[in-house]
Amino acid sequence: MAVLHSAPKITSNAGVKDALSAAMGTMLVSAHEEHGEILFTVKRESIEDALRLLRDSYDYQQLMEIAGVDYPGRNDRFEVVYMLLSLTKNHRVMVKVSTNEATPVPTVTTLWPNAGWLEREVFDMYGVLFSGNTDLRRILTDYGFEGHPFRKDFPLTGYSELRYSEEEKRVVYEPVELAQDLRQFDFMSPWEGADYVLPGDEKADTPPVDEPKTTESPKQTGAGAKTDAKAAEKVSADAPAEKGSAVKGAGAPEPTETRKSRAARKGKTADTKAATEPAKAKAAKPKAAKQKAASTKTVKPKAAKAKAAKPKATKPKPAKGDEA
Amino acid sequence: MSMQLEQSPTTGDEVISNYTINFGPQHPAAHGVLRMVMELDGEIIERIDPHIGLLHRGTEKLIEHKTYLQALPYFDRLDYCSPLCQEHSYVLAIEKLLNVEVPIRAQYLRVLFAELTRISNHMLNIGAHVMDVGAMTPNLWVFELREDCMNFFERASGARMHSAWFRPGGVHQDVPLKLLTDIGDWVDKRLPELFGDAMSLVVDNRIFKQRNVDIAIVSKEDAIRWGFSGPMIRAAGIPWDLRKSQPYDVYDRMDFEIPVGTNSDCYDRFMVRVEEVKQSARIIKQCLAEMPEGPIASEDRKVSPPKRGEMKQSMEALIHHFKLYTEGFHVPAGEVYVATESPKGEFGVYLVSDGSNKPYRCKIRPTAFSHLQAMDFMSKGHMLPDATAILGAIDVVFGECDR
Repeated sequence: MAVLHSAPKITSNAGVKDALSAAMGTMLVSAHEEHGEILFTVKRESIEDALRLLRDSYDYQQLMEIAGVDYPGRNDRFEVVYMLLSLTKNHRVMVKVSTNEATPVPTVTTLWPNAGWLEREVFDMYGVLFSGNTDLRRILTDYGFEGHPFRKDFPLTGYSELRYSEEEKRVVYEPVELAQDLRQFDFMSPWEGADYVLPGDEKADTPPVDEPKTTESPKQTGAGAKTDAKAAEKVSADAPAEKGSAVKGAGAPEPTETRKSRAARKGKTADTKAATEPAKAKAAKPKAAKQKAASTKTVKPKAAKAKAAKPKATKPKPAKGDEA
Repeated sequence: MSMQLEQSPTTGDEVISNYTINFGPQHPAAHGVLRMVMELDGEIIERIDPHIGLLHRGTEKLIEHKTYLQALPYFDRLDYCSPLCQEHSYVLAIEKLLNVEVPIRAQYLRVLFAELTRISNHMLNIGAHVMDVGAMTPNLWVFELREDCMNFFERASGARMHSAWFRPGGVHQDVPLKLLTDIGDWVDKRLPELFGDAMSLVVDNRIFKQRNVDIAIVSKEDAIRWGFSGPMIRAAGIPWDLRKSQPYDVYDRMDFEIPVGTNSDCYDRFMVRVEEVKQSARIIKQCLAEMPEGPIASEDRKVSPPKRGEMKQSMEALIHHFKLYTEGFHVPAGEVYVATESPKGEFGVYLVSDGSNKPYRCKIRPTAFSHLQAMDFMSKGHMLPDATAILGAIDVVFGECDR
């Protein structure tokens, strides 16, 4: 596949996978190249030897990162991924091992001193043990924290929260209590493999009844004179909308204060038609109307507009007929 | 009552045992929330045990519960001194998995703003470093420049710090021409003047040199063994810069130099950053000169959303927009590790995709982790006040270190 992206360009991967696979020999479980990344899976117990080989014989001098990943479905549920960088060859490879909660991975602090904290982090977040690491304390979580938060079965909200208690004048830990539900939006399309039931969909699967209800004859609909009579029954004494039920004088409430009524308007109402529909009249014969208005000032513009508007009203009909 | 002479505590052959003090978590020179348990012999540091994680927010876990696009703003909040450079690693990792092409203008814009971010980050670090060792004025001056950078970010993205402006496939919005010309003027005039003035107070200052020269010398071998990167490894004399050696976006078109140190002490680390600011200015000028016109995001509508105007006209654009902002895009299964040169060093993102719309795992490689771990051996045998200088030269930000 042609490389279109603009991610960092390292020295070509060509031949590296085969050369390193051959060198690692029996330590190797599988080698994999995808998305321009070379990934070696090695046997857990030989990770230290494999990395030493890569560091000393193949110039991968720096250990940049150790990442833990959790795949709960697998027997060895954890993966520990080592990112190596070669400063001289300008190349990167990833090496990984898999393990579970109980089986420790050999430490690589013997090869790189900075592996100490990186292993501590994987231990803290996933509970992966590293045999030989003399300082395997928690690193990122709180003092006295329990559990390993990045495992997939650890809830996003956690189990305990802390706050400052005004009564006890100290910070207290309490079980998590959510004021509102944790909002987990899943926008996967229902027809593209979402594995949950949409609200309401559960009704579609109700089991069939023994005697289905049908309405084949009018009798079965329940309609008829009896039903009409029942519907016509008066439920309340005086329904407001019914004739004759209205109390006399009911309507607008009495004014609560006396005030002089407003004086009647003296001015005439203006004709606003010209203001609202000026475009039609002007567009019809703008030049002629303007010239007329300019040359003979005695003619009222209104009249000019009316004249100008006239031909437009009559014209369109024959024009349309011609086209047709 | 007879007169008693006060006895001096140092007379005689008393043995003073080592004692332990707490440095932080609330200490102005700790650059955030760092707690260091220091074992001292008098004023000499015997051992340091940094306790980190006081700002741990579980970013990586949160990212696993968000779509790829929703996870992007978390990267601004890691190293809040250089937000756009963190985004850079993440969007490149997604693009590598998707194998999506980024338009050339978007690549220029990213490089331009990544370098502006580098300047703004170094302004903070240089200012904080000199303040940690006693100088006040330069910090105030370089903060002026940082403020200018913030204004540029605001004009491009609408946000001063948490821009969320780099997107998979390009950048979020194009920038107005006036912004580019203003950046050009700023790089030509204001930056060299103000930065030059501020540095003229520091670089040859006797007190500053007394506090930094020959402090925490790290050999080349140690720098490699401890996983150093960025200015820390360059100060050790190794010309290693991911922008040069593993170029991403249009860094391979840029003409710039990598400053290296000769003595590998705190002063060299400081001076490497000072020179990097000048090199960043060079890159910015080249970006401004060469930047072509064109689209600023991928035309692949399955990755980057259509323009607002297009949505008013086209049903298909509307559907794409809706799908991208609800379900998000699906990323092919696989795993990549993408690292870029953030101002502090190698900032990497290890992204595992299971083919769905959410990352299965997103491991963030913080720059500070390796550097801070070396704090113990770097400060062994130095005086207590040197710890602040060493810490300042590491350039540590806890949003990123603790994640």
